[in-house]
Amino acid sequence: MPIENVDTDQIIPARFLKATERKGFGDNLFRDWRYESDNTPKKDFVLNNPIYSGKILVGGKNFGSGSSREHAAWAIYDYGFRCVVSSFFADIFKNNSLNVGILPVTVSPAFLDKIFTAIEADPKAELVVDLSAQSITIAATGESESFDINSYKKHNLMNGYDDIDYLQAMKEEIKQFADKSIY
Amino acid sequence: MSIKPATLFDKVWDSHVVRKIEDGPDVFFIDRHFIHEVTSPVAFLGMEGRGLKVMFPEKTFATADHNTPTINQHLPVADPLSANQLKALETNSGKYGISHWGLGNPKNGIVHVVGPENGITLPGMTIVCGDSHTSTHGAFGAIAFGIGTSEVEMVLSSQCIMQPKPKKMRINVNGKLGKGITPKDVVLFIISQLTAAGATGYFVEFAGEVFENMTMEGRMTVCNMSIEMGARGGMIAPDETTFNYIKGREKAPQGEAWEKSLAYWKSLKTDAGATFDIEYNYNAADIEPMITYGTNPGMGIGITKNIPTSEVAGGSKSSYEKSLHYMGFNEQEPMLGKKVDYVFIGSCTNGRIEDFRAFASIVKGRKKADHVTAWIVPGSHIVEQQIREEGILDILTEAGFQLRQPGCSACLAMNDDKVPAGKYAVSTSNRNFEGRQGPGSRTLLASPLVAAAAAVTGVVTDPRELIA
Ligand code: SF4
Repeated sequence: MPIENVDTDQIIPARFLKATERKGFGDNLFRDWRYESDNTPKKDFVLNNPIYSGKILVGGKNFGSGSSREHAAWAIYDYGFRCVVSSFFADIFKNNSLNVGILPVTVSPAFLDKIFTAIEADPKAELVVDLSAQSITIAATGESESFDINSYKKHNLMNGYDDIDYLQAMKEEIKQFADKSIY
Repeated sequence: MSIKPATLFDKVWDSHVVRKIEDGPDVFFIDRHFIHEVTSPVAFLGMEGRGLKVMFPEKTFATADHNTPTINQHLPVADPLSANQLKALETNSGKYGISHWGLGNPKNGIVHVVGPENGITLPGMTIVCGDSHTSTHGAFGAIAFGIGTSEVEMVLSSQCIMQPKPKKMRINVNGKLGKGITPKDVVLFIISQLTAAGATGYFVEFAGEVFENMTMEGRMTVCNMSIEMGARGGMIAPDETTFNYIKGREKAPQGEAWEKSLAYWKSLKTDAGATFDIEYNYNAADIEPMITYGTNPGMGIGITKNIPTSEVAGGSKSSYEKSLHYMGFNEQEPMLGKKVDYVFIGSCTNGRIEDFRAFASIVKGRKKADHVTAWIVPGSHIVEQQIREEGILDILTEAGFQLRQPGCSACLAMNDDKVPAGKYAVSTSNRNFEGRQGPGSRTLLASPLVAAAAAVTGVVTDPRELIA
């Protein structure tokens, strides 16, 4: 999806945020890009083209800008993606992704171009993301780049822990801190 | 021994770090947490699934706003899904002892309007909410930003979130603003210069004469939109204007506590010699009434200018063309004179009393253009009451406008206030994304003055021509 500034209103439009449970959001992922107003799929949209498949979503620069709705990350996860690649992510989206178990991989603009070129040449082109080695590789050409992730988040993602577990384990320390707060 | 000069941001951030994790985020303590009906139900569910409780219920405040109708609020909410979310908010708040200002409560309104209005928002605080425009509260010298639902769950259950400390940016605007130039124009101008992603990774401090001379409501408009340039949040050092605004509000400290707080708040400013990762300077004289022509808030121009070519606008040509195509505009066309179908004044950006005063100042003695549908939506019940008491309602009614009830309304069109496909709306809200105001809607972001000028003339009009 070589589009820049893909915002959270496109990923999941506000009218689909009415659920009180966290499921089924994948059906409405990119709703207005994916479907006509009469719910027939738009032929020219990538997700509607069966030739593209996989667990890695590749997007243009400034992916995930806009609202803080975690629903955007849920929709991407629920649809089946586990990794999003772009040359630039909006901050909140990046945090939200990590919190729901999606790995955001930031690559250089040049490498992103290479990925898009590879996909254009062969829609079945394979991308390999290795979290422990922190590398992303275009299988066909062997071109590879390393990406950043802090060791705390990496440890969590690899072990299936989350921040809530971490915070629960330090409640006493938090309580002492709160006792000193003037608010 | 001299103390190292610190920025306002450093002072507030560093005093809220409970623990530093090596090569990881800070464990960051939250003083105030706002919740609303859309992003909280799943957090409560998650918490219950793990058998957790709310750690400090008195630090969380709930209000219903995103989903609420703006007419007939006394009736049951017709949409079952919306009603369900409102109910969940009420039940969860009741269960954990969180104060809840639901539909019909005299304090109800948009979360970022009611927080400051009731003295909940104070300088030096850390404030979060599952809504990106939480940055609004930065106007008081607080660190305030939007969080996701997992983080809402963290705050409920531990009053902390995990945050890497952002980088620091300062934006200085000096000089005097011209006639008809509002805080909204200032912030739209800044975003047009920096682009919609220009401040990603940063926390912004707004400084300089323009902000020093601005009212609290104006400062809120500016900080509200800091997220639209990608910033984590924006803040302005508290000063006499801030203290005067807070004094006497319901939840503000009183008596001795007030004096103590005040002494602390006065220390909340960037020390001389403190450094930022990046700094920008702008001149007030360069700012015109602004309007957006594209599908992100960075695509704004002075209202008398023509839509730039993609070369001038920068960025990818195909994304730019897609955006203009969606809007039905062409490069190099003027914005002045374009037909407007809808006008929306409201939202947490421009839904406060000063915004309605500004709107009324232009509408007074004129009539609404026949073909324009206008939604006039106060940010809270308190604002609604002010509109009545100050005689603004009479001016609006005389000119053919109808006042609606408070809520987010057409800002995100989760309720019935949706702009139809292909129609143009001049909106005082904060986002002009594709479909934000309804599928296929076309949004032109602007100030309340520009909105008023469009409402009475039916086309994009320079409000300075209508100011007496
Ligand atoms: S008015 Fe708009 S931006 Fe503000 S809280 Fe409501 S939906 Fe969010």
